[in-house]
Amino acid sequence: MSGNEGKKAPYVVPIGPTHPALKEPVMFTFKMEGESIKDVDFAPGQTHRGIEWMGMRRNPVQIVHLTDRICGICGVHHTLAFARAVEQIAEIEVPPRADYIRTILAEFERIQSHLLWAGVAAHELGFDSLLHLTWRVREQSMDVIENLTGNRVNYGIVQVGGVRRDIVPDQHKIIEDCLSTYEGLLGKLLDLFLHDRSITLRCRDRGVLSRQQALELCTVGPTARASGVNADLRQDYPYCAYGDLDITAVLPDQHMGETRGDVYDRIVVRLIEVGQSCGIVRQCLDQMPSGPITGEEKLAKLLAICKKARGEAIGRVEAPRGECFHYVRMNGKESPEGWKVKASSYSNLMSWIPMLRGEQIADIPIIVASIDPCLSCTDRVAVVKDNSRQIMTKEELHRLSVEKTRRLSS
Amino acid sequence: MSPDTVLTAEQVPEYFRERFGAGVKETRVTERREGAKRNPNFNIWIDLDRELLKPAILALMELDYPHLAVISGTDLGEEIRMIYHFSIYYGKKHGEYTVSLAVHVPKTDLSIPTISDLIPGAVFTEREKQEFLGIRVVGIPDNRRLFLPEDFPEGVYPWRKDETGVPDSMVKDLYMSQRPTDRPAPPAGEKELCEIEPKAEPAPASSPEQPTEQKEVKE
Repeated sequence: MSGNEGKKAPYVVPIGPTHPALKEPVMFTFKMEGESIKDVDFAPGQTHRGIEWMGMRRNPVQIVHLTDRICGICGVHHTLAFARAVEQIAEIEVPPRADYIRTILAEFERIQSHLLWAGVAAHELGFDSLLHLTWRVREQSMDVIENLTGNRVNYGIVQVGGVRRDIVPDQHKIIEDCLSTYEGLLGKLLDLFLHDRSITLRCRDRGVLSRQQALELCTVGPTARASGVNADLRQDYPYCAYGDLDITAVLPDQHMGETRGDVYDRIVVRLIEVGQSCGIVRQCLDQMPSGPITGEEKLAKLLAICKKARGEAIGRVEAPRGECFHYVRMNGKESPEGWKVKASSYSNLMSWIPMLRGEQIADIPIIVASIDPCLSCTDRVAVVKDNSRQIMTKEELHRLSVEKTRRLSS
Repeated sequence: MSPDTVLTAEQVPEYFRERFGAGVKETRVTERREGAKRNPNFNIWIDLDRELLKPAILALMELDYPHLAVISGTDLGEEIRMIYHFSIYYGKKHGEYTVSLAVHVPKTDLSIPTISDLIPGAVFTEREKQEFLGIRVVGIPDNRRLFLPEDFPEGVYPWRKDETGVPDSMVKDLYMSQRPTDRPAPPAGEKELCEIEPKAEPAPASSPEQPTEQKEVKE
């Protein structure tokens, strides 16, 4: 980090895990009139690590371990997107079994990511017992991921051409146990989140994003679907095993009868998707083809193939937060000539501005959290209140949010 | 063209060729089949003259409101290849294509018109291209930096591969940094680097084959 002399805004210290899209905390500036937000501006970039720059100096076999670390929560999706792009350039055929294993991992990651988010949302509202509940049940999916890959966070399982570990019959029971636990819990979670009076009061019609705004601001994933945009790569764009399965995008009007595009709808979409993911994992286990798990087992040979590859390709996958997009261009050298990583939140940040306009200070945490951005995003906020500038820390904001819940519930 | 007509992946490049004739330099349709049923997904690539970028996006909007994923930029030496990655026909089962409109921007004139009047969400990625590639986006509504820190030197563009790229003096080779000397000694001594021998794994639910070893590759 560098000196910030002469900068009026606070110095932002990045904390927490790095983020899939932004890899940094975000500095917000709100212009307030009394209690309501008149204008919003945000500046990302506090911990830009130059991943693309590093990638253009490494070879694909090394880059898959770099992409694992782009994000702390959806590591497999970045690696999957990158590997799929390289596979298309080098014309490597991925065996169907590897596609299925990749799909199972991607869905487990979605389950744990959505549960993590649900806990954060509850915490931002001051509902900490619900945070503890969701994070406790999330551990079970982390344990399954650890059982399948050997790691809880940076899985290191996807390699160009396939995956590095197989799923053996012994593990089916562990997976099945986990799925049935979640399916049993889902009704309870939906009940806690959707029928709780305080949560409804705090989330209904807060942070509204209309369908038109969602389209114009290139929004993706659950954030877009909650506004009624029918877009889910798993439904629209067959990749891995998703093309074999019957998947329909989760939209709020299927479950609530209407689409309002508010924070509440974003909770609905994510929770329903947890159940959908359980179903997808189960289908994959039932239909898993046999065969090898990688198109090229020997890494030296894989590297030689990649070194000869020429061309450009796109790898797109549906990460928990929406479309994750990698563009790779190779020109017969060891490292890619061009590489662009577009993570999900990269597309979603612009949607904060219409969501936050006109809302209250106490609603900032839940609205900011509702697009599922980095946890450390609202590290500090500069608030221009009645033309005098004051700095509010995340703790103060959180306190205001909790107080508002108390006021509404009492 | 009525908005209800859905073009096949092969018809999309044709549509652009009819519209822009010789301005369309090259088109490709790649398909990739994965999974057991091998259902295809289509990626459409269209190389255009720089002047045709905005007309082409307007033509694409007549088909469907496109979703802009990102603008990618690659330094090819004499020019920068900018690709506008769109996708259309989302919401239809297995019906979505990506449409990548590519234009080449010569380094003698690094400017490109903004598309944020057509797609407001493009500002984010346009700002990124300005600071990382030194491209001037003409008419951009928000000219500030996006990701790079405020004290990052002017005129250094990280993704460029010429003299304006990141100089070696700015690169911190963190792997060269040794253990700090002002700390208590670690409980165990520094490990000797050794050849890793494949060992039999203790096997609760482990796969029969060994995880492959990563080969160190010289940079």
